Amino acid sequence: MRGSAQVSAVPAPVGIVLVSHSAAVAAAVAELARGLAGGGDLAPVLPAGGTPDGGLGTSSELICEAAKAVDRGAGVALLVDLGSAVLTVKALLAEGDELPEGARLVDAPFVEGAVAALVTASAGGDLDAVAAAASEAYAYRKE
Amino acid sequence: MGMGSDDVTETFGAGFLVRWLAAVAEDVDREADRLTELDSAIGDADHGANLKRGFAAVTETLANEPPATPGAVLTTAGRQLISTVGGASGPLYGTLLRRAGKALGEDGEVTRERLAEALGAGVAAVSQLGGAQVGDKTMLDALVPAVEGLRSSYEEAGAAAEKGALATVPLQARKGRASYLGERSIGHQDPGATSSALLFAALADTARAEGV
Repeated sequence: MRGSAQVSAVPAPVGIVLVSHSAAVAAAVAELARGLAGGGDLAPVLPAGGTPDGGLGTSSELICEAAKAVDRGAGVALLVDLGSAVLTVKALLAEGDELPEGARLVDAPFVEGAVAALVTASAGGDLDAVAAAASEAYAYRKE
Repeated sequence: MGMGSDDVTETFGAGFLVRWLAAVAEDVDREADRLTELDSAIGDADHGANLKRGFAAVTETLANEPPATPGAVLTTAGRQLISTVGGASGPLYGTLLRRAGKALGEDGEVTRERLAEALGAGVAAVSQLGGAQVGDKTMLDALVPAVEGLRSSYEEAGAAAEKGALATVPLQARKGRASYLGERSIGHQDPGATSSALLFAALADTARAEGV
């Protein structure tokens, strides 16, 4: 256990929300990112997958709940899969006041971006650094 | 309530838009199976059920807490659609109504022309959100001509939206899930354009029933 004085000296981490049409996909990608991000203190990351009744789709309520839960005041990076997940987050950012201050849609591949974002946020990167690391995952070619 | 739909000084209040959205909910409920059938041809077969849930929630919210101004009716409805629909049509229709509501501001009474202008701002926001244009086989193929028609009359808006929706049949989808189908999307009417036509048919019906 660290002393509280030491903890308060560490800058607040960026929070990460993983938005997928599927609750299982969002939860599994969060678990994967936590596992691959390695030891040490991890930045907060939460899944927001599917609809509240367990179906496939996008729920603005689940997204906003998760965003509030991971918000430590340093911004929240939202990674999304496709279609309504992208449009819902964009619509909330453009028109609404439901998301916390400093919430940002990050343009990134969902799985690779989630890992890059969590590693960067856990290392103390700010929101720009987290977003850049997640987006850079697009450049990693597999063939 | 005045004489004709070409009377540009005719105004309406929040109640008219609440009744419009209630009429939309009825029409969507009646046409839900057809919307889902269209969506099963080129989409993921949830458009009817999604919109039915969304507009039922809108009607309930507006009935429980009736907003005081036309603008507040639309922003409340838009917020409700974004939070309850679950598919892409939620943020799209939600943005349409929310942006239109903001454009109407705090006025207690507005004209058809103001509504056309506000919905025009909403349609522009939808286009920006989804990155689609007219001709991409989306809801914009009905919404854009509908808003243009609304500058003339409610009837013209309804007719133009219906015509726009029918005109999506020969188009190849360039946005959304249907675009993955490429040429196989040709020959099907777009579900989003079809539900958009329902919105404006309900507006024309409501205006006609109230003699606006």
